Amino acid sequence: MRFENIRLDNGLQIIAEVNPQAFSQSLGYFVKTGARDETAEMAGVSHFLEHMVFKGTARRSAQDVNRELDELGANSNAYTSEDQTVYYMSVIPEQQEHSVDLLTDLMRPALRDEDFETERQVILEEIAMYDDSPPYGAMERCMEQYFGNHPLSTRVLGTPHTVGTLDTDSMREYHHQRYASDNLCLVATGNVDFEALVEQAERITQKWYPGKFQRKQQVSKHQSSHLELQHAPAVQQYTFQLAAGVSRNDPKRYANRLMATILGDDSGSRMFWSLVDPGLAESAGMFAQEYDDCGLVGLYLTCAPEETQENWDILLELVHDDDDGAKITQSELEIARNKLLSAIILSSERPGNRLFTIGNAMTLRGVYETLEQSLDNYRRVDLESVQNALDEFRKQPAACVTVGPQLSVLKVG
Amino acid sequence: MSALEYIHRLPNGLVLVAEPMPWLKSAAFTLLLPAGTSHEPEGLQGLCGISVELCQRGAGDRDSRQIVEALDFMGVERSCAASTFHTSFNVAVVADRLAETLGIYADIVRFPHLPEDEVEESRQTALQELHSIEDDPSHKVFTELKHLRYGKEHGRSPYGTLEGIESAKLKDVAAFHHKNYIPNEAILSVAGNFDWEELKKLTEKLFGEWPASTVAAQRTVDVRSGQQHIQYESTQTHIALAYDCVPYQHPGFYQSRGLISVLSDGMSSRLFTEVREKRGLVYSVSASCQTIGGRGSVLTYAGTTGGRAQETLDVTIDTILSLNNGISSGELSRLKSRVKSSLILEQESSSARSSQIATDWFYLGRIVPRQEVLGEIEALTCESLLDHYQQFPPKGWTLVTMGPESVELKHAV
Repeated sequence: MRFENIRLDNGLQIIAEVNPQAFSQSLGYFVKTGARDETAEMAGVSHFLEHMVFKGTARRSAQDVNRELDELGANSNAYTSEDQTVYYMSVIPEQQEHSVDLLTDLMRPALRDEDFETERQVILEEIAMYDDSPPYGAMERCMEQYFGNHPLSTRVLGTPHTVGTLDTDSMREYHHQRYASDNLCLVATGNVDFEALVEQAERITQKWYPGKFQRKQQVSKHQSSHLELQHAPAVQQYTFQLAAGVSRNDPKRYANRLMATILGDDSGSRMFWSLVDPGLAESAGMFAQEYDDCGLVGLYLTCAPEETQENWDILLELVHDDDDGAKITQSELEIARNKLLSAIILSSERPGNRLFTIGNAMTLRGVYETLEQSLDNYRRVDLESVQNALDEFRKQPAACVTVGPQLSVLKVG
Repeated sequence: MSALEYIHRLPNGLVLVAEPMPWLKSAAFTLLLPAGTSHEPEGLQGLCGISVELCQRGAGDRDSRQIVEALDFMGVERSCAASTFHTSFNVAVVADRLAETLGIYADIVRFPHLPEDEVEESRQTALQELHSIEDDPSHKVFTELKHLRYGKEHGRSPYGTLEGIESAKLKDVAAFHHKNYIPNEAILSVAGNFDWEELKKLTEKLFGEWPASTVAAQRTVDVRSGQQHIQYESTQTHIALAYDCVPYQHPGFYQSRGLISVLSDGMSSRLFTEVREKRGLVYSVSASCQTIGGRGSVLTYAGTTGGRAQETLDVTIDTILSLNNGISSGELSRLKSRVKSSLILEQESSSARSSQIATDWFYLGRIVPRQEVLGEIEALTCESLLDHYQQFPPKGWTLVTMGPESVELKHAV
C-alpha cells in the first residue's frame, strides 16, 4: 500500500492509495461544495448540478456519457451532502485511461437548456419519493429547527419551490465558482497507475483555473425547540432530536462516536436493550455526525404513536441518568471499540470503500491516515473521555421533531 | 483449482460449500435452513420470523444478552431473513473469528432455549417490522405483488400478517423449529480467508450430530396474472409490475438475465433512457429477476406523481415489448462489460460470494465457477437474445399500484 499526493499547477489535488494486489480500482472527484454553501433561494443547486453533470459535456452528449459509463462496466454514482459533492466509479484496472478521461470531462458539463427541464422533473420526483418514505422528511425538518439561520439548515435536495425556480444561468455561475480546479480533489484507490493518472489529469485539465471560493464558517447558536408534524397515512411515529456534538477536526470525535455506539448502536447498546430488544420500539438509537465547524449528536426513535411518550422518556433517561451506577463501563467500551474496529477493517477490503475513507479524510480534514492509523484513533480513547463526552452532551440544548399519524403525541420536558 | 474440491457433505444432509479467497482479511458465511414462510401453518403467517427472532434469544450456554455481547465483541456483521423456502443467516467477520462465530450460530439453530418469557418480546419485534413495511409504500407494493402473484402459500410476506403474529404461541415456535430447523437440505456456504481442512472438521464437530429428519414436501409454485390498486395517501403512485421469465435453473437463464440487463442495468439501459432520461417521469425505475421454486419472474418498479402513472406504466410496458425489435451490438457489448466487471469486483467481497454460492447450491446443486458465468455471457449474441425473447415472450402480467392514481393494463398485454 503506497500513498501518493500531488497538487497540479492549476491547484487540482490528486491523491491515491495504490494497492497493486487489488482486483479493481476506484476513482472519484470530491468537490468541496454542498448544501451548506448555498443561499436560501438557491437551495438544492449543488444537487441539481450533480444531476446535470451526467447530461453531457462539450465532447459528449448525455447519451454518450451513459453509454460510456456502461461500456466501462462501471459501478458509478454520485451524491451530494451538506459539505460536498462526490462523483465516483469502480472499474477494472485496464479501464483506467478511459475512466479518467470520462470522469474528468464530466467536471466540465455543458449545462444545456434542453436537458434542464427534464432533469427538474426527475428531481421533483426524487423529492416526492422521499416524502413518501419514512421518516417523511423529519430529519431535514429537525436540521432546520436545530440550525436556524446557520447554512447547515439547507436541505440537500432543496424544496419543490427552489428546484422549480432554479435556472441555467445561475447554475452556470454556481458551477463556475465551485468547480474551480483548486476546489476539487481527484482520489484513486486500488490497482492504480498513479504516474499515468497524474500525466493524463494534467493534460485534460490544463485549461482549468483555480478560483477563490472560501466556505463560510459560522458559529451556530441553539436553543431547545419542539415541533410536531402530521403524516396521515403513517402507522408509526418517527422522532428525532439533534444537539451539539464536536467538529470533524476535534480529537474528541472518536470518543463521541464510541459514546454513541455504547448508548445507541443498533445492536447491544443501552437503547437496544431497553427499547428494541423488548419489542417496545422498532428502532431507537444515537449517532454522531461531524462538520467543519460543528458537530451533531442525534437521537431517534420509531415506535407506535401511543407508546412514543413513554419510550421517549425511557430513551432520555438512558442519556441523562447520572447515578454512579449508570456510568459507562470498561466492558461496554471494549465491546463498542471492537465493533467499530471490525467494521473499519471489513469495509477496508474494497477499494470502493477506501475511496470514501481517504477522500473524505483529505478533502474534509486535510489528512491521510493508513488503516492502522484509523484504527489507532479509536484504540487511544479511554473510559474517562467517553464518560466526559456523555456528560458534555447532556448539557446541550436540543431540537426535537416528531412525525406520525396524529398530533399531540409527544411532550418534551 | 476447481470449485468441486470445496464441497463436503455430512451424512445428515447438511452440505458445506466453500470458496477460498485467501487475499481477504475476512470470512463470510451463509447458513440456509429449509424453514421458509411456505412452511408456516395456515393462519400463523409471521411464525417464521418470530422463530428466528426467538432462537437468537438464548442458545447453547449463552443467554440472549451473552449472544449479542459475544457477537459484538468479535465485531460480527450479521443479518437474518425469512424467505419463501428458507431462513437464512448472513454473517461476515474478521477471519480469525470465524470458528467461534460459527459455533454461536450452530447453537442458535440447534440448541435455542426458546424462553417463554421472551415470546412476547419476539412477537412485538415482529409487529414492529410489520408496521415499518406498512409505512413504506415502495416496499409494501412488492409484498402485495408477491401475494397476488404467488397466492396464499408461496406469496406470503416474510413479515407475516397481524393476525398470524398475534396468534403465534410458544408451542407453535417450538413445533416450527423442531420440524424445519433440520440438517436435511441445509446449506452452509463459506467464502473468504479460511483453512479448508479446519473448516471441514469444525463443521463436522458443530453440525455432525444434528439428527436428520424428514423434509416436508413442497407444492409446485404457481403464478397468476392479475391487477390490484391500493388507494393510499402518498405523493407518488408506486407501480410494481411482474411478468414471467425462465427461472435460475433453466438453461436459458443467462439469455433472460441478459435481456433484463438491456432493460435495466446501467444508465444507458432502455428503461432508464425511456422512462427517466427522455420523459422525466420518475426518479427511480428498475427491473430485476426473481426465482421462487421453479418459476421465474421479472419484477419492475416505477414511482411517479401528478397523474403520470398511466403514462409511466404504458412507457414501461412499451419499453419491455421493444425487446422484440432486437438487441443492438452496443447493448450486447455493454452488458458483457458490466458482467465482467461485477464478477471481478465480487472477488473483493466474501459476503457477496458466500451468498452467491449458497444460491447456486440451492438451485443447481453445484457452484458455478466465475469462468463458467463469463463463458455463458461471452456466448450471448444479439440473435440468441432475440430468439430467447421470442421463445419466452413476456406474459403472465401481474400489476399492483399503490397511491392516489389507479391505472389500467393495456389490451396489448
